[in-house]
Amino acid sequence: MKAAARAEKKDEKKRRPCRSMLYMPGNNPGMMQHVPAFGADSVLLDLEDAVSDREKDAARHLVSRFVGEIDFGDTLVTVRVNGADTPWFQKDLEEVIPAAPAAVRVPKCHSPEDVKHADDLIGRIEREHGMLPGGVKIHAMLETAHGIEQAFEIARASERVEALTLGGQDLTADLGVQKTRDGVELFYARGRVVMAAKAAGLMAFDTVWTDIDDMEGLKAEAKLAVQMGFTGKAAIHPSQVEAIHEAYRPDPKELRRAFRIIGAAERAEREGKGVISVDGRMVDGPVVTRAFSLIGLGRLYGIEEEEDIR
Amino acid sequence: MESSDCMVVVAPAESYSLEYGGQNEAIFGRRTERIAREIAERRASGRASVRIQDRGALEVTLRARIETAFERALEVEKEGEVAR
Repeated sequence: MKAAARAEKKDEKKRRPCRSMLYMPGNNPGMMQHVPAFGADSVLLDLEDAVSDREKDAARHLVSRFVGEIDFGDTLVTVRVNGADTPWFQKDLEEVIPAAPAAVRVPKCHSPEDVKHADDLIGRIEREHGMLPGGVKIHAMLETAHGIEQAFEIARASERVEALTLGGQDLTADLGVQKTRDGVELFYARGRVVMAAKAAGLMAFDTVWTDIDDMEGLKAEAKLAVQMGFTGKAAIHPSQVEAIHEAYRPDPKELRRAFRIIGAAERAEREGKGVISVDGRMVDGPVVTRAFSLIGLGRLYGIEEEEDIR
Repeated sequence: MESSDCMVVVAPAESYSLEYGGQNEAIFGRRTERIAREIAERRASGRASVRIQDRGALEVTLRARIETAFERALEVEKEGEVAR
């Protein structure tokens, strides 16, 4: 068995890759029908900020039909509903949940109660429609100082929570600070969101890069998100998807080393040896785990074995 | 209106009628007629005049737009009744 296949087998209980989550205005059928062409790992059909108050009903009908009836190929489909403090929250869930998206993104989660409230509603709707209980996941969006401080409790509020996501726009507004190019004002929040998500065994998604003309800024921020441990990053324009995927591409040197580590670890296991070393450095459990995850990542870029690395 | 979308206007009427316009009328005319009639029957017992301007909408889009138009029209009618 090839190492990449083994890595996948090892990871088979983990979810599909979600490096990019592309926002799409929920009232724009032209964009939604071209979802697979944008190459994003997942899309976020948006009923919240991208839709004017007057068109909430139209977007809700459109999105729920699209999710229920259109084949999006390999792209994971999620829907951002309106917040629980709006008149549309319950209607959004009642119509979207029966269409069975992979997850709904719940904005402005301030506390575990917000998640429990959404979980109760979704559970009831699932029961009413004879759906698998817990099938539609929650991606809890943290975009207030209070929400960030409650990150771990929110992550643990329900089995249904699958990911924490950082909403940088609203958070900087709540903090009373400006969003800067290097994003230093979000450093703590990013760390907090990743730590809480990982501690609870969840995925973590980074906020959007809003300046679509500044590709260099996006690349730097995406790299930071990868380094900090985010599972993926939201995109607000199809042109951002490739830069985000590029940020997740493993460094060829590190990837080669990962293949050598796995090879050495397997040899050591066969020969009953304990501690081993690769390139003069000690290899132990965490090193092997990191090597597996790097190889799993490499597979997304068509690298099945060491010879594929250019 | 953007391409791949359509605009639907619904008004109360004695009987059902459809006015359909768009670039691909010849191709989508019958599909649109079938869907609009079905929704008009279900939502308003066929007592509606429906106008659709189509810019290449998929069936899901067409259905969603027609449903929305009927829902809004019925909402307005209900509010009118309450006001009276």
